[in-house]
Amino acid sequence: MSGAASPASPLVAVEEIHTYYGKSHILHGVSLTVGAGEVVGLLGRNGVGKSTTLKTVMGLVRPSQGEVRYEGRAITGLAPHRLARLGIAYVPEDRRIFRLLTVMENLRTGLDRAGLDEARKQALLDKVYRYFPVLADRGNQAGGTLSGGEQQMLAIARAMMLEPKIILLDEPTEGLMPRMVSQISHIIDALHQEGVAILLVEQNVPLTLEACQRVYLMEKGVVRHHAPASELRDDRAVIHQYMGI
Amino acid sequence: MSRHSPVAFWTGFAVVLALLIVAPLVLPEFWRRFVTEILIWGLLAMSSDILIGYTGMVSFGHSAFFGLGMYGAAAALLTVKPPNLWLAIVYGLVAAAGVAVFVAYFSTRLRDIYFSITTLIFSQIFYVMIFTWTEVTGGENGLSFRRPALAIPGLFSIPFDSNSLHWFVLAVVAVSYLVLRRITRSPFGMVLQSIRENEPRTRAVGYAVERYKIVAVMLSGLFAGLAGVLYAVHNRFAAPDYVFFLISGEVVIFNVMGGIGTLVGPLLGAAFFLLLREGFSRFFTEFYLIPVGIIFTAMVIFMPQGLLGFLRRRLNE
Amino acid sequence: MLLDQIIIQTVNGIVTGMILALVASGLTLIFGIMDVVNFAHGELFMLGAYVGVITIVATGSFWIALLVATLVIALLGAVIQITTLRPLLGRDPLTTILATFGLSLVLQNYALWQFGPVARKIPEPFTGHFQLFYLDYPWYRLAIALLSAAIIGALWLFLKFGTYGIWIRATTQDRVMASAMGIPVPWVHTAVFAIGAGMAAASGVLFGPLVGVNHAMGLDWVLKAFIVVVVGGMGNLGGSIAASIFISLLEAYASLWVSPAQAVIVSFVALILTLLFRPTGLFVPTPK
Repeated sequence: MSGAASPASPLVAVEEIHTYYGKSHILHGVSLTVGAGEVVGLLGRNGVGKSTTLKTVMGLVRPSQGEVRYEGRAITGLAPHRLARLGIAYVPEDRRIFRLLTVMENLRTGLDRAGLDEARKQALLDKVYRYFPVLADRGNQAGGTLSGGEQQMLAIARAMMLEPKIILLDEPTEGLMPRMVSQISHIIDALHQEGVAILLVEQNVPLTLEACQRVYLMEKGVVRHHAPASELRDDRAVIHQYMGI
Repeated sequence: MSRHSPVAFWTGFAVVLALLIVAPLVLPEFWRRFVTEILIWGLLAMSSDILIGYTGMVSFGHSAFFGLGMYGAAAALLTVKPPNLWLAIVYGLVAAAGVAVFVAYFSTRLRDIYFSITTLIFSQIFYVMIFTWTEVTGGENGLSFRRPALAIPGLFSIPFDSNSLHWFVLAVVAVSYLVLRRITRSPFGMVLQSIRENEPRTRAVGYAVERYKIVAVMLSGLFAGLAGVLYAVHNRFAAPDYVFFLISGEVVIFNVMGGIGTLVGPLLGAAFFLLLREGFSRFFTEFYLIPVGIIFTAMVIFMPQGLLGFLRRRLNE
Repeated sequence: MLLDQIIIQTVNGIVTGMILALVASGLTLIFGIMDVVNFAHGELFMLGAYVGVITIVATGSFWIALLVATLVIALLGAVIQITTLRPLLGRDPLTTILATFGLSLVLQNYALWQFGPVARKIPEPFTGHFQLFYLDYPWYRLAIALLSAAIIGALWLFLKFGTYGIWIRATTQDRVMASAMGIPVPWVHTAVFAIGAGMAAASGVLFGPLVGVNHAMGLDWVLKAFIVVVVGGMGNLGGSIAASIFISLLEAYASLWVSPAQAVIVSFVALILTLLFRPTGLFVPTPK
C-alpha cells in the first residue's frame, strides 16, 4: 500500500475486521480510517464487501474479529441506536426511508432527540430545507410516494437530523439521473464545509475522486490500495485494475 | 444429523426394547401403566416430529388426529359386537386420515404461522363438534367401552391382561418407530428435510414440494391416529379433553423438550414431561404445570436443541 | 319476532366486538412490531380481570380497579418481554410461540393456584337498564363498547402524533433503520408489549361483570383474538378492529340458531375462508 497520509487520531478507525454472513467469509481483515471532517471514499466492484464494511461500522453486523473505534473508543458490538446518538449516521444503499411515515415524520425520527430545544430543531429543519427544497413542499406526503431521487434526499436529510460527526453513505448516486448526481455531489461538498466527515461507498469513480480527499480500493473482502484522491486522478491504471472499467 | 453406526443403533435399540419388555414384569401396576402411556404419547410425539422436526411445519393440531383415532376406535368398539381390535384400528386410522386430508390441503396453501394457527383452530373445531354432539360422542362425558381381545376371528381370541396389553402397545410403537426411522432416512425423508431447511430452493431444484407436504401430513396424521387408537384400547374411554388444543400444545412441548428432528427425541421428551408431571404432582398436586411450564419455557430459551441436543453436546465434549 | 332478535344480537355483537377489538389490538400491535405471536395474551386478559377483582375488594371502586389492573399487567408484560422474549430476538419465530405458550400454561395454573377454581365476580360500576324491545338492556354493556372505543381511539392518537408514536411506527416498518436513527428499539419493543398487555388487562376488567372471572377465561379469548388478527390482517390495527366486530356479529347472529358453544365454529370457518381466499386479511385494502 502506498503511504497515504492517514490522520493521526482518526474519528473512525476500522481495525482488521472479519465479518461473516452465516458461513460466508465476507470481510477478510479490513482496515481503514476516517479523520474528523474528512471525506473518504471506498471503491470496489460489486460484492467485495463495501456495504458490509459500512454495516459493521454502524453495528448492524457484528464482526467475528477486529475492532471498530470511534474517537479512540472501541464501539464494536454496540447497538446501532447508541452509535447514532454518539454521532454516526447511516444512509443505506436502498435508502430505506420509512415509506408509511410522512416526510416530516421521517425527519422527526432523527430530530426528536433529548437536548434539542424548539429553536434548534427549527434551525436544523430550515437548513435541510435549504439544501433540499423539495422536502419542504412534500412535508405531509408519505415517504413511499416520493420519487427515487427525492427519497435519496430524504435519506440524507434524515441522517443530517442527527447532527452527526460522520455520515456513512452507501452508493447515494445509484439509479439517479445525472442532475441528481451533481446535486449529491454538492451536498457532500456542503457537508464537508460544515466539518462533517463522510465515508463514501460508491461505484461512480469520477464523483468519488472529486469529492474525496483519500480513497481506499477494496477487492474480495480486503483493502488492496489506499491513496490520496489527487494521486488516483492522475493514475487511472490503478482504478482500472480494481474497478475493472 | 450424524449417522450412527448400524451396530451401535441396533444394540441400543435391542437394549431399550429388552428393558421395556421386562418392565411390566418387575414394575408395580401404577408404573407399568405409566410406561405404557409414555409409549403411546411417545408415538404421538414421533408422528408430530415428522411435521415439526423433519418438514418444518409446526402443527398445533395433532390433538385432532389423536382424538379422532380415539373416537374412531370407540365407534368400532361400541357398534360392532364382539369388539374387534383390528376393526378399531381401521376405523381409527380412517377417521384420522379423514382429518389429515383437510390439514394436508391447508399445508400446501399456508406457511409458517398461518399454518400453525389453522391447525390449532382445526383441532378446536373438532373439539367443539365432539363436545356438543352429545348424542353421538357422549359430549363432555365421552364414551367408555370394553377392551377388545387380541383375536383373529375364527382362529383364536386372547383377552388382554395388563402385561400382554403393554407388549402389544410396545410392539406397535416399536414397529412404528422403525418404520418412521426408515422413512426419515430414505430419499423421501431427505427431501422433507430440505423443505424444512429452504423451501424455495427445494422447489427451484425441481421437487413437487406440495406433494411431499401432503404425504408428510398424511403420514403424521396416520401415526397420530394410531396412537389415539392405542390410547382408547388401553384406557377404555374416549373423552373430548384429548381433542382440546392444549393437548396439541403438550405434544409440541414433548417435541421441543426432547429435540425436534430426531424421532427418539420427542419420545424422550414425552417421557421427561410425564415424569416431571408425576414428580411435581406429588408436591404441587394439580398445579404441576407451574414448575413444568417454567422448565419448558426455560428450555425453549436456553436449550433449543432439546434434551437430545444437550446430551449430544455433552457426550461430544 | 326475528327482527327484534337480530337487532338485539347486533348490539350484543358490537359490545363483544369492541372488547375483542381491545384485546386483539394489543396482539396485532405486538405481532406487527416484533413478529411475536403472543400465546399468553389471553392470560394477561385473565390476570387483569383478577387484579380488578382484588382491587375492587380493596377499594370498592371499579374505575380504580380498571386503572390499577391496566398498570400492573402492563408492568408484568414488560417484565415478561425483557426476561423471556428479548433473548429470543432473531431466532426462529416458532420459539416465541412456544415460549409464550409455556408462559400461558404457567400463568393459567398460577391463577388457578392463587384464586381457586370458583369464579369470582366483578360488580358492574353502575346498574340500570333501558328498554330494548322486550329486554331490559343494561347500560353498562353500552358503556363497555364506548370505553373500549375510547381506549382504542386514544391508542390511535398516541400512535399518530407524539414522538413515541412515531418511534413505534418507524420500528414496526423497519427496525434496522429505526435503530440506525437512534431509536432504542429494544425498549420500544418492551413498551409495545406492555401497552398490549395493559389493553388486554383493561378488557378483562371491562368484561368481568358480564361473566365470571376464572382462570380459564383467557383460552377462549386468545383463540378468538388470533382469528381476528389473521382475518383483519396481521399487524393491521384498523383491520383487527373491523374484524373483531365482524366476527362478533357473525357469532352473535349464529347463536340465534345454535348454542353459543357451537356458534364459535362460525368464526373458525371465517378464518379458514380468509386464509384460503384472502390470506393477507379481509380488511386489508390492497394485498401487500
